[in-house]
Amino acid sequence: MFYRETGQFKTSYDADQAVFPIFQDRVFIWGVIAVAFFGVPWFIDDYWANAILLPFLIYALAAIGLNILTGYCGQLSLGTGAFLAVGAYASYKFTTAFPELNLIVVFLLSGAAAAAVGTLFGLPSLRIKGFYLAVATLAAQFFIIWLFYKVPWFYNYNATGQISVPSRDLFGFRVTGAEARPAVEYLVTLSIVCVFAIVAKNIVRGHIGRSWMAIRDMDIAAELIGIRPLRTKLLAFGVSSFYIGVAGALMFAIWLGAAESGETFGIDQSFQVLFMIIIGGLGSILGSFLGAAFIVLMPILLKNMLVDGFAMTAVFAKHIEIMTMGVLIISFLIAEPQGLARLWQIAKEKLRLWPFPH
Amino acid sequence: MHIGRSIRTVPLAVLALASMVGMAAAYELTIPSMDYRTGPYAPNGIPFANGWTDYWTLLNERDGGINGVKIKVVPCETAYNTKQGVECYEKTKGVGNGAIIYQPLSTGITYQLIPKASVDKIPIHSMGYGRTSAANGKIFKWIFNFPATYWSQASALVKYIGEQEGGMDKLKGKKIFLVYHNSAYGKEPIRTLEKLAEKHGFTYRGLAVDHPGQEQKSTWLQIRRDKPDWILMWGWGVMNQVAIKEAASIRYPMDHFIGVWWSGSENDVKPAGAAATGYLSGAFHQPGAGFQVHKDIIKYVYDSGKATDSAFKARVGEVLYNRGMAAAMYASEAVRNAMKIHGKKEVTGEMMRDGLETLEVTAERLKELGMEGFTYPVKITCENHEGPGLVAVQRWDGKKWSIISKFYEPDREVVGALIKEDSEKYAKENNIKPRDCS
Repeated sequence: MFYRETGQFKTSYDADQAVFPIFQDRVFIWGVIAVAFFGVPWFIDDYWANAILLPFLIYALAAIGLNILTGYCGQLSLGTGAFLAVGAYASYKFTTAFPELNLIVVFLLSGAAAAAVGTLFGLPSLRIKGFYLAVATLAAQFFIIWLFYKVPWFYNYNATGQISVPSRDLFGFRVTGAEARPAVEYLVTLSIVCVFAIVAKNIVRGHIGRSWMAIRDMDIAAELIGIRPLRTKLLAFGVSSFYIGVAGALMFAIWLGAAESGETFGIDQSFQVLFMIIIGGLGSILGSFLGAAFIVLMPILLKNMLVDGFAMTAVFAKHIEIMTMGVLIISFLIAEPQGLARLWQIAKEKLRLWPFPH
Repeated sequence: MHIGRSIRTVPLAVLALASMVGMAAAYELTIPSMDYRTGPYAPNGIPFANGWTDYWTLLNERDGGINGVKIKVVPCETAYNTKQGVECYEKTKGVGNGAIIYQPLSTGITYQLIPKASVDKIPIHSMGYGRTSAANGKIFKWIFNFPATYWSQASALVKYIGEQEGGMDKLKGKKIFLVYHNSAYGKEPIRTLEKLAEKHGFTYRGLAVDHPGQEQKSTWLQIRRDKPDWILMWGWGVMNQVAIKEAASIRYPMDHFIGVWWSGSENDVKPAGAAATGYLSGAFHQPGAGFQVHKDIIKYVYDSGKATDSAFKARVGEVLYNRGMAAAMYASEAVRNAMKIHGKKEVTGEMMRDGLETLEVTAERLKELGMEGFTYPVKITCENHEGPGLVAVQRWDGKKWSIISKFYEPDREVVGALIKEDSEKYAKENNIKPRDCS
């Protein structure tokens, strides 16, 4: 009834090729963006920023990055944690070496650094595929984390190997460090994530995205129709690592404020982001957001519900939470192996006919 | 079915609501408890969390709180993970009337909270862990790390080694290795040991063990090959017991193997069985349940069913339990001190900071608290947030821990210079103007 396309005629190519061709979708998405930009900042406090919204947005960005590589281009990667670390350490080095540098530039440079490293570790993808490639990227994960422990230059010769973000401003507002107001941190992160999500959406819709998907679906056939595997795969590695690098920089500079290579960017991070895109939906930008929301927010929701709502002890709630997360992941994947994004799509198709399904 | 289930949840919800309403009625001191009872660090996290929580419960049950003000302990599970630690911090800092002190029991989380402490105005007591240079109170106004820091401890342990070898001059040419957790925590003593190696002429080498520390074969192979005269260990969680087992399996003499005080509890030595006998570790307080305060805890907390972890009764008095208790004792004394200074019972984070900064726990006061001889007296000043910095060595005899040495004074010349250098670097990086303490 509410979600019907009847009467929405597309009279130009532009209208037909819009990101959201259906009017209701456009209204919905503009509504979400309006609330996110103009509603949430009025109510946000430290808890909502640091425990919920910043991790959600930052992991969503990382998930978009990995989705480009794994979901669109079909290259399995377990090096996400390492590329996050490259982004984080690069932002630390840039901002401490050039304190005057604009923070946005720092983030972009950090992304570029991660892209360079990612491309380098993408080289084996030309020869090896599938699980074997996953093992090669796993090597990147361990090597890079080890490197950030081993070479003191990366952490400016601190006694403990911890990197801590100095206070930095953007347009006169404090963005990093403890004095940064939660609304400012949130708006900066949200803007960056929105811009990058829109760019990603458009890349994957265009000829680059189509060539990635061709490689994913059958690389030999793709080669035969004139797609160069070297360029395409390395581009996917580069763009993907760029996104993950920016996410790493945001994670370190805005969200956590201090980091340590193995503890913050360990192998568990690689798996966590991989789970996000599997649960959210491979090859879907929306799925990256949904997956990040599920993996980041569900444990917090469960914890708050169990501890505050049912007065459980913290440790008992933690055990329940670990088990429930497992059960939820399995049941979601049984219900819909293609992820939450697919569920959303099915829901939309059902809504089209609702309330008269026949 | 469904109705039945929802009916059963109603009383729970009402109960939760009622407890929230009840909370508003009387002023309570909010003490967050950053527990970790899950994950690879749980063997060490559980006894500490129990000691910390039980002491506050004891004060509530036996004395009716501190000067009549009840204490509300708010537990939050961090799993020793910095990301979950941040969530816990944000969640607990505003509970009730606001948290008044944090004891994160994690160097990683402490690093994250250090810049927040001055903004949120909640002091942090990283008791014998965290950032060592926070001992400089002129720069780290909100951070306290008494009664001793890692650097003091490294220096004190080297003094012990020197004494065993027959004098500090005998250290020349000796090999002292450090087996450390590859993290901010484990790396803390490195600089001190390097300086001491220069000063006394021994050979120092560090061997890193990656999180969580279950795999140490290559580390101990290196030790077997290089045969160091002494081994120091900065470990935590499962890493400790694995290291002790590995040391036993290469027949390394246990009386030449000294852990930091976070690597010397019952959980660390018991898995290695009889082979761990003779293993040494640092200490700043007595182990065992022989003090009056333990009897009170058993009576008022465990026997009356108020304990969070009632199965822990038989383990009361373990090293890490006592340490959690000591942490709570210092914090509660600081609350008392804050009440005295400000003449108010509604202690806030800012008042708590004043209470910590002028804290003095004398031997007589320890006796009043039922902890006679439990630890040494502590006095904190504006410029010195580390306190006395004394460290003793305790030994595992196969059944229990006992302190076997005197308390060593750290090498102030070396440690003091390092603290000054590191804290000033921090102040410069973060535009902090050292405050005037005179």
